[in-house]
Amino acid sequence: MSEYLLALIGGALIGLSSVLLLFTHGKIAGISGMIKGSIIDKQSDKGWRAYFILGLVIMGLLLSIQRQEMFPINADLNYWGIALSGFLVGIGTYIGNGCTSGHGICGSSRFSIRSIVATVTFIISGMLIVWVMKNFF
Amino acid sequence: MKNFIHNLIAINLGMIFAGGLVISGMTQPKKIIDFLDITGSWNPALLLVMLGAIGVYMPVYYFVIKKKEKPLLEEKFFIPTNGKVDKKLIFGSAIFGIGWGASGLCPGPALTSLVANNQAWIYVLSLIAGMLMAKFITNYKRQNA
Repeated sequence: MSEYLLALIGGALIGLSSVLLLFTHGKIAGISGMIKGSIIDKQSDKGWRAYFILGLVIMGLLLSIQRQEMFPINADLNYWGIALSGFLVGIGTYIGNGCTSGHGICGSSRFSIRSIVATVTFIISGMLIVWVMKNFF
Repeated sequence: MKNFIHNLIAINLGMIFAGGLVISGMTQPKKIIDFLDITGSWNPALLLVMLGAIGVYMPVYYFVIKKKEKPLLEEKFFIPTNGKVDKKLIFGSAIFGIGWGASGLCPGPALTSLVANNQAWIYVLSLIAGMLMAKFITNYKRQNA
């Protein structure tokens, strides 16, 4: 199947999971928010967040047994580069209240101005850093 | 029992979400970087993933969820209502974008790759450290405001 068709189908599954979480739990499916709510600023209803994360990890484990090639590393970065990237993502999602899932998918789907501004902002800064790294490193 | 059903559904939704990420190629950092690389080998895959996701979320939200008074398992919806665009939102999102573009990893795919590759471990632990740092600074600024 073509890469683009798979992207659409996979995206539809992500959207389905996210909107079902809203339908059942009444919650926004933001992955950074789940990490924040289960580990950093513990919410009283933190249980489901940890279980959603567990679901991600388990499915990743099952799929990686069959298709390890779907989980490549980023060969251009060493561990320090990865650590810095993760650290910035932690700071940014904490302050900006969301990442690609919460703002990019759930928020944009509801025409939330905050989420649309956030999504445009992180796509532009992402494009800038990719350009900088390509040309100066 | 209430919590059992909550958690059982959550774990299954997490698995569907992760399946979607893997099928769409979002656990491959190069695809994210190629989407952001507009001056080079631009790959629209991530845009299609977002369109696929929004294409399901938006109609269900407007035609089903908005007509309901409460979700299946809770007494109310927890949908953010603070529509204010502020400096924190823009600053935080800009920082997130830098970290995201630098490695091609966002939090969901990193958690999905946790068992499959070592970089994901380093990334997630650093992400937690970054959140703790941001929390510390936020609290410090609040106390000294």
